[in-house]
Amino acid sequence: MSLMSLTATELGRKIKAGEATAKQAVRDALDAIDKKDGELNCFITVDGEEALKRAEQVQRMIEDGALTGPLAGVPVAVKDNLCTEGLRTTCASKILYNFKPTYTAQAVEQLTRAGAIVIGKTNMDEFAMGSTTETSAYGQTKNPWNLAHVPGGSSGGSCAAVAAEECSFALGSDTGGSIRQPSSFCGVTGLKPTYGTVSRYGLIAYGSSLDQIGPVARDVTDCAVILEAISSYDRKDSTSVKREDYDFTAALADDVTGMRIGIPRDYLGEGLDKEVKDAVRAAAEALAKKGAIVEEFDLSLVEYAIPAYYVIACAEASSNLARFDGVKYGHRAKEYEGLHNMYKKSRSEGFGPEVKRRIMLGSFVLSSGYYDAYYLKALRTKALIKQAFDRAFEKYDVILGPAAPTTAPKLGASLCDPIKMYLGDIYTVSVNLAGLPAITLPCGRDAAGLPIGLQLIGDCFAEKKIIRAAYAYEQTGSYERVREHVIPDVCQSGNGSDMEE
Amino acid sequence: MKTYETVIGLEVHVELATRTKIFCSCSTEFGGAPNSHTCPVCTGQPGSLPVLNRKVVEYAMAVGLATNCTITRCSKFDRKNYFYPDNPQNYQISQLYLPICRNGGVEIETAAGKKTVGIHEIHMEEDAGKLVHDEWEDVSIVDYNRSGVPLIEIVSEPDMRSAEEVIAYLEKLRLIIQYLGASDCKLNEGSMRADVNLSVREAGTERFGTRTEMKNLNSFKAIARAIEAERARQIELIEEGKAVVQETRRWDDNKEYSYAMRSKEDAQDYRYFPEPDLVPVQIDDAWIAEVKAREPEMRDAKLARYQRELGLPEYDAKILTGDKHFADLFEATTALCGKPKKVSNWIMVETIRLLKENGMDADEIAFSPVNLAKLIDLADSGSITSTVAKEVFEKIFREDIDSEQYVKEHGLATVNDEGALRAVVEQVLAENPKSVEDYRNGKEKAIGFLVGQTMRQMKGKANPGIVNELLQKLLREM
Repeated sequence: MSLMSLTATELGRKIKAGEATAKQAVRDALDAIDKKDGELNCFITVDGEEALKRAEQVQRMIEDGALTGPLAGVPVAVKDNLCTEGLRTTCASKILYNFKPTYTAQAVEQLTRAGAIVIGKTNMDEFAMGSTTETSAYGQTKNPWNLAHVPGGSSGGSCAAVAAEECSFALGSDTGGSIRQPSSFCGVTGLKPTYGTVSRYGLIAYGSSLDQIGPVARDVTDCAVILEAISSYDRKDSTSVKREDYDFTAALADDVTGMRIGIPRDYLGEGLDKEVKDAVRAAAEALAKKGAIVEEFDLSLVEYAIPAYYVIACAEASSNLARFDGVKYGHRAKEYEGLHNMYKKSRSEGFGPEVKRRIMLGSFVLSSGYYDAYYLKALRTKALIKQAFDRAFEKYDVILGPAAPTTAPKLGASLCDPIKMYLGDIYTVSVNLAGLPAITLPCGRDAAGLPIGLQLIGDCFAEKKIIRAAYAYEQTGSYERVREHVIPDVCQSGNGSDMEE
Repeated sequence: MKTYETVIGLEVHVELATRTKIFCSCSTEFGGAPNSHTCPVCTGQPGSLPVLNRKVVEYAMAVGLATNCTITRCSKFDRKNYFYPDNPQNYQISQLYLPICRNGGVEIETAAGKKTVGIHEIHMEEDAGKLVHDEWEDVSIVDYNRSGVPLIEIVSEPDMRSAEEVIAYLEKLRLIIQYLGASDCKLNEGSMRADVNLSVREAGTERFGTRTEMKNLNSFKAIARAIEAERARQIELIEEGKAVVQETRRWDDNKEYSYAMRSKEDAQDYRYFPEPDLVPVQIDDAWIAEVKAREPEMRDAKLARYQRELGLPEYDAKILTGDKHFADLFEATTALCGKPKKVSNWIMVETIRLLKENGMDADEIAFSPVNLAKLIDLADSGSITSTVAKEVFEKIFREDIDSEQYVKEHGLATVNDEGALRAVVEQVLAENPKSVEDYRNGKEKAIGFLVGQTMRQMKGKANPGIVNELLQKLLREM
């Protein structure tokens, strides 16, 4: 049995107990990648040799008692928009095909210090712009549950790698649902923390005011453990928040007695797939049976979240991505005449169509004469959405709903209609606009066998409430564990690693 | 013939004297190999984030308070987006919507009298790197050592009417900022940069004319010349019935001519928006009070105190307080020797002369007050003559030598011993019979020549009083 079939916490415990070694864990991860990733393409870069070397060091430190944490020796996959010193970091873009950061992102640094071993960098939508992982310049990632479907995005590589047991857990980033939606599509558990909880230092920005790094894992316990490891007050990130409670695992209690759970009626309306709606309702009932008080309410403003999100995220992105210009790092056009032409050609060649679309959209909404009508209005909408959530959290501990209106669409079905793809973010983007924490975990499968995700949203800094609710739901066992359902075909059809380097 | 009024507003950039950059902990020190004072933040590496240097805020507040501005309690940064290789992120972090200081002003004095020049706002921002074109290799290279050096931009109201007022305003700002220790404000080195917005209008009219913005002004002289030239150029256009175009112009001080850089039509749209990577700067009363309490004695206060308490003439006090470095040297030296007027003389005459001769600025004074103080004591007690003192001072100025030790080692102490001097005086009398005779014939002046000869023989070290007495005595005896 592969050590990758264990949860991160289980594996960590086993290594600590001397029943397995960090090196065996890394080997099993690399073997799984070898077998499956040719088909799935979860990874852009695999750092096998380094990971094995690191595993030996970590093993010694575990044996010396220098590393005692729950993640010591556990292999982790890192989304390719998180900087890793000396290890290529592409953001799934051609423009960064050769970029090797000079420093490591704070969240990754903290994981490394906790003894987790980075085995590689996962595929994603280019610069995290997309909901399918199809906008990557390094090929699409496939959904392990059905290879004809997308894994979701933008953290599709991370979520698919966890689902396919190519690693024990992964890091993703979530700007408008990029952890939660692919977690839902891949049947894994993903958490987007309160804005400011995990340092963004070293996360290559998409929408700076919305981006958060978070865990992608097999279960709620792992999510809490990983969040504990990656969260911190970091002086290098001015938007980092000094919190009182970093002991997220303390919330892993199977008790929702008296917990007030609200379901926004606006989340169950038009556009929501019936199978998804039924599964989410069933999950709510399961929690009610355990003693939670569940009721429906009107959240309001839900329909304004998507336009506000795309205006703000694209505006920030248009500025954040300006630094990729061929001057300092990354792709530079081979032939050009003068500075302006060099910029133009390097960026035209380096960025894919979805990124260009969002840069243009963002530049437009910030341009003089349009700023007030678009950007300022979007900021006001953002503030109103936050107020709507504030009102809801006066009444409820947790808001429950779907993570996405459907299960994973077929490959190629989304990009031809970007507006439709944007509308798929309806249940996730408002959480980023309001800076809230939310967790997605599996709550069933549709008729085609694709996973359905349940989303639990908390008030700012109320991670513990959503962790408790999610953990309690998980204990009902009303959905099946992922590992029993990883498509057997994938495991067998793999034909070695032939990834782009 | 119509008369025209010139209307001028200034945008002054000042590089702040912080030890580290505005958004990272890299050194702001000048020099250094290219790109040696850099990190992921100031080279715009992906994933890096800015962290505001608290000292920058305090300097900006201090300048704002000293120029009577209102401090913005919740100030924010904005991004100014434009592509240029010296700007590694292709946006500059600046302040547009909520600058740290607003609505201030300073009083200036010119031949026309006193007036107040309003300050519209002061905002904080980061400097760019330096782009150099290598003609030989035909490549451009960039040095990011200056990237992220903190700047404040002081934007005046269009309240100035002449080059004289502009210079007075700049001098005033320079002194305030220098006294606060916020910057050395050197135009020639770029730590203070002024862009001049200028328009002309017929005297008596209310409406402003179309303005131009003049850049690349590296000295007060260049500013004065550029203002005169631009005023003349605009008046000529108007007289010819042509329109002044709103544009940015670049001054070439060698040719005494400006040329258009870009017009309003092709002005860039900077797509400003709030910087999402920084939180608002919250400033409360306590912080303002703390900064205010740290404000050092400013120029006007010193000017008054030097006259009132130290008994200096106004002329001296003005010169000494006219540069913080002079004032600092003056105070430190006076504290040691307790002779303010003597210290003042040494600074105003010998120090300034040597600075001029060597083409140096006051901040380049390298000697320690203790050596000047000792020198003043030596001269004052008659231990050395004024001639020797000047000679020693040159040594102090150049090498900061210990004056006492130097005088001792080089045997420069004044010779007061009558016996030793008598021999020299006798020799001088024997060698100059003509002068002796002139003196006897009633030419009193001749004694001056004989004193001079004696002093020369003594290499300036003889006590002139004793020499004089001796000469008179010996001449009488002859």
